[in-house]
Amino acid sequence: MRLFIWLVMAFMLAMPARAELVIEITRGVENPIKIAVVPFRVKSAGAFDVDLARLIESNLERSGQFVRVRRDTMLSLPGPEDQIFYRDWRAIDSEYTVVGSLERDTDGLLVRFGLHDVYGERVLFAERIPGSSDSLRDIGHYISDRIYEALTGLKGIFSTRLLYVSAERRSEKDQTFKLILSDADGGRPQTIFQSSEPILSPAWSPDGSRVAYMSFRGKRAGIYVQTLATGEVQKVSDFPGLNSAPSFSPDGRKLVLTLSRDGNPELYVANLRTGQLDRMTNHFAIDTEASWSPDGRSILFTSSRGGKPQLYMMNVSDKTVKRVTFDGDYNSNGAFTPNGESIVFVHRTNERFHIARMNLKTREIRILTETDLDESPSVAPNGTMLIYATSDEERGLLGLVSMDGRVRVRLPSVSESVREPAWSPFFN
Amino acid sequence: MSILKQAKTAGIIAILAVLAGCAGQVNESAQTSSKVESAEDRAAREARQAEFLAKQEAAKTAEQLRNSAMAADTLFFFDFDKSDLKQDALDDLDAHAKYLAADRSAKVRLEGHADERGTRAYNLALGERRANAVARYLVIQGVNRSQIESVSYGEERPLSLSRDENGWSRNRRVELIYQ
Repeated sequence: MRLFIWLVMAFMLAMPARAELVIEITRGVENPIKIAVVPFRVKSAGAFDVDLARLIESNLERSGQFVRVRRDTMLSLPGPEDQIFYRDWRAIDSEYTVVGSLERDTDGLLVRFGLHDVYGERVLFAERIPGSSDSLRDIGHYISDRIYEALTGLKGIFSTRLLYVSAERRSEKDQTFKLILSDADGGRPQTIFQSSEPILSPAWSPDGSRVAYMSFRGKRAGIYVQTLATGEVQKVSDFPGLNSAPSFSPDGRKLVLTLSRDGNPELYVANLRTGQLDRMTNHFAIDTEASWSPDGRSILFTSSRGGKPQLYMMNVSDKTVKRVTFDGDYNSNGAFTPNGESIVFVHRTNERFHIARMNLKTREIRILTETDLDESPSVAPNGTMLIYATSDEERGLLGLVSMDGRVRVRLPSVSESVREPAWSPFFN
Repeated sequence: MSILKQAKTAGIIAILAVLAGCAGQVNESAQTSSKVESAEDRAAREARQAEFLAKQEAAKTAEQLRNSAMAADTLFFFDFDKSDLKQDALDDLDAHAKYLAADRSAKVRLEGHADERGTRAYNLALGERRANAVARYLVIQGVNRSQIESVSYGEERPLSLSRDENGWSRNRRVELIYQ
């Protein structure tokens, strides 16, 4: 059975998913950094299938902190070895200019790029990046991260990845669910697991090497952990009843999850090496959607023990529980920001479901989204943005929003309905 | 051996012979005259008949129970974020319960569902609670727990795609499916 799953995985890893996400910016910050990314000069024969300059400017723009200087307004298109006439770039209101080139060589390819400060009239840095012929997107994301970090002081998230679930529905009982792994910009989507039964709650291991999710084998729900590099699948639980909502501990050794094997949805901590289970809650209400704090000491979860779904915080060592949310009659599916100071969650207000953020010290709540049926918030590892699921009239969409709510980007899929996004940790 | 003794022995033999003859005759009469029936035989036959009729009656009742179960609704609806059975579901659930209690070989699968509002993992738990509410009612009515299998699909398998109370109310349901 295990070999069979492995083979299915190996087959699916080789199969690119069709629908790519397309970026569409709905709102931005007031004074974004103006950046010109000159088309990269091709210095060897043959074309490349990735427009690096486009990829980089789209990446930077999606952060909401940058705005591109349009290509057709550029007075010249210099390469990395050419002299830069800063006056020409000031004339078109560019604060920073990126130049670059790419060429094939015997080892694969070589990319050069430089970042110029137009008003300071100097090169901030220049680099040579060797790579294999299929690593062009990786190089583009790397360059985006370098530029972002140099100009904002924050680590870039362009080389991180996304997990999400797509669903194609032909009728109530005839659907195809896919677990998809993609670049942070939605590029290179790959189906890593597929089923005619629902797939829910994908979650990353802290080192980004494994993912946990709920799926069905036959008619039975279970929690599975899949190693991305090999496609190998480990069954964590498939007890009668619910097996849902997994979240890794910060050391990657345990999962907190929801089981109803004792008749009622309760939180358990599963040791991934020994398989040992530790029951964390004991209440007749629903307890689910647990999320481990970055310091490993607390678990945030949804419970209906107060009559309505609200967020509660458990102290992992003594299992004591404190209620966290009091505003509104529906607060659920919470997650921590990477520094552990705030939580993000789904908050119902005026009969609509939005993503909200709460500072755990001040208890101040800020509503970040304006659409309806917003859910599944997952914070980027640098803490600047989160990805969430929302929907239009017909299908599920993914959206990005900055942590102050000012920048919103929609990631509509081409055809399928998408949901349950999970932002990876940093890989380096 | 004295004559008397001999006569005695002969008498006994004769009596035995007569008895044996009688026995043969009785056997013969049972074989030939089937129209004449003993009281015990009649009782046995009637008992057999009664048993047959009772079985037929039971089968008819089971069939009736089955028919009314098959005619009963198999969709049971719930309010938002609730898992209490509604009053109007009980007649139909009773029909299912009576049939399942009468025929222990019958099995059902209960699929719990939620509408799209609220979060997915929470809705999965809510769907299970709804399926459990139906299962509990059936068990109270005499159904064996082993005849029931339940699963929750949360909000993943809506019946209706309309994004209004009409659609949502159709989606907050338990589906009862005979296996």
